[in-house]
Amino acid sequence: MSNIGSYDARVKGFDWSVSEQELGYKKGDVINIGWYCTDRICQLGKADKLALIWEGQGGKEKRYTFNDIRLATNTIGAFLKGLGIKPGDRVCLFLDKVPELYLGFLGILKIGAIVQPLFSAFGDESLHVRLDNAETTAMITQKKHVAKVRKILDKLPALKHIIVVDADAPQALKEREISFNLAQAAPVEHLDIHPTLAETPSVLHYTSGTTGMPKGVQHVHYSLISQYLTAKWVLDLKDDDIYWCTADPGWVTGTSYGIIGAWATGTTQCVLDLGFMAEAWYKFIAKHKVTVWYSAPTAIRSLMKAGEEIVKKHDHSSLRHLVSVGEPLNPEAVIWSEKVFGLAFHDSYWQTETGSIMISNYPGMKIKPGSMGKAFPGITAVVLDPDKYEPIAEPGRIGLIALEPGWPSMMRTYWKNEATYRNKFKNGWYLTGDRARIDNEGYFWFVGRDDDVINTGGHLVSPFEVESALLEHEAVAESAVVSKPDEINMEVVKAFVALKPGFAANPDTELAIMNFIRKKLSPLAMPQEIEFVDSLPKTRSGKIMRRVLHAKEWGQDIGDTSTLEND
Amino acid sequence: MDDMQKIILEYVTREYLEDDSQTINPDTPLISGGIVDSFSMVSLKRFLENKYGISIPDDKATPEAFDTVNKICTLVREFKK
Repeated sequence: MSNIGSYDARVKGFDWSVSEQELGYKKGDVINIGWYCTDRICQLGKADKLALIWEGQGGKEKRYTFNDIRLATNTIGAFLKGLGIKPGDRVCLFLDKVPELYLGFLGILKIGAIVQPLFSAFGDESLHVRLDNAETTAMITQKKHVAKVRKILDKLPALKHIIVVDADAPQALKEREISFNLAQAAPVEHLDIHPTLAETPSVLHYTSGTTGMPKGVQHVHYSLISQYLTAKWVLDLKDDDIYWCTADPGWVTGTSYGIIGAWATGTTQCVLDLGFMAEAWYKFIAKHKVTVWYSAPTAIRSLMKAGEEIVKKHDHSSLRHLVSVGEPLNPEAVIWSEKVFGLAFHDSYWQTETGSIMISNYPGMKIKPGSMGKAFPGITAVVLDPDKYEPIAEPGRIGLIALEPGWPSMMRTYWKNEATYRNKFKNGWYLTGDRARIDNEGYFWFVGRDDDVINTGGHLVSPFEVESALLEHEAVAESAVVSKPDEINMEVVKAFVALKPGFAANPDTELAIMNFIRKKLSPLAMPQEIEFVDSLPKTRSGKIMRRVLHAKEWGQDIGDTSTLEND
Repeated sequence: MDDMQKIILEYVTREYLEDDSQTINPDTPLISGGIVDSFSMVSLKRFLENKYGISIPDDKATPEAFDTVNKICTLVREFKK
């Protein structure tokens, strides 16, 4: 029997108090995610239960019980306090998927500071923009990433402490850098948990928009109420599960469900800190007897590409529930997983801004391959008419996916950007920026983005940000960035570039520009293809018409071109 | 180490290693070791194609085939023939 039982029965008369009661929380109480994920689980008698099985390069393995993670998070929290980190200060995690990332996340929350996770593959420009915007006080990182931070340090006066978790020797450290080795630190048995309340800021995740710079999505400790219940009802986490969330905590899935959802429910989870390799993933599942697996369509399609023979080499009989998130899960992937694992992947849909799963396929509910599923109990999800912003009643008509605000993990604002936050609402609805249709049984079917943002491998990339960075390359006169279809990543970044005089449109220039963006922004933002053009399509007022280029890439009608400059 | 190994090793070191003190050899795992991710593989593939005047089909450009400099050399030689 699944945790959710009957979806229809759960929807009727739903109230978030069901989650509050299970967590022993009452309105006005202190609610601290760091405490709930560690100390509380120990108090429930699970101190000796495994919380984390971590595996890195060369089969290196570390194991932590819930008491271990309680002590480790206390120790990190105490160290940060000792540096003078105060409640509300922003502390960035800029780490690969090492244990300090998971433990640091909760240690920061325990002392009331705001945790700012950033993807460790970010280039120096992406890093600078986000740290500058958040006025981050401290960063926890690894020596391999310190060089990127040193490059931008002069432009970050607020960044006082760069904590290196694996420094070879203190003398190798430079200005503002300090060594902290968790394994060698004296465990802190007792830490005064900061008495955070429901609306105390907790996590600041950055996400890309269609225009402007990345936005800091601000969440609060009360988000736990949503994350706990969705982890139970969608991921179906139970006491004897071995759970693997493949997402990197540099992104929201990796924190909401790779840390909070897993440990607030007292679940044992595994982490594999290796780049993607099909064989390594299959071995990992077999070795640790993973039962619940939360992954992404890009990874699933990569596994499909690796073939079925490799699956048969490993025992995956431990698996009992598969869930996917990040981008639409194509029907072929669902059918494939049923064939090779005997289990269908359950697609789930949500965003950095929503903090937890909004629409999903649930255990026990009929799956329609390719569908996003239905709204989580307590969530009112609709598609809106794009002109009137009113719910569309008739099944099958495409509209904007919108949500009625008010669930616990809804973002509270964009950091220092209230105006953009307010623009996300129309007629009282939160606009996701995605389009879908709803069928006559209430299932949502994803159609696409409602803006120019590129969803590549489940991560959003702003074309504006890439175009801005391209202009900083010496050869680029002007550029336009759009998505193009991709078999594995659904879509990838493509740039149209007009070169300055004196620069040749050849493969070496293309490679130089690709590497420039990769190092400046991130590998995700790097154009996978650059097409050199003499000029870009523009309106008569000189605005680049991205939609014309986008339509060509996707084989769509280019629509009204009456405003095209050269028409 | 032959010329191809040296050239590719030097390119990977220059373009993909963030930490100056980190060293790699022809058998260091690049993909599984997190030095080159699946997105960055595209630029590495482009470098090899430009440098050696070859075209590597997408179905041959797998994470496994790109996981070490030695494996990459084997792949390049296959298409240089």
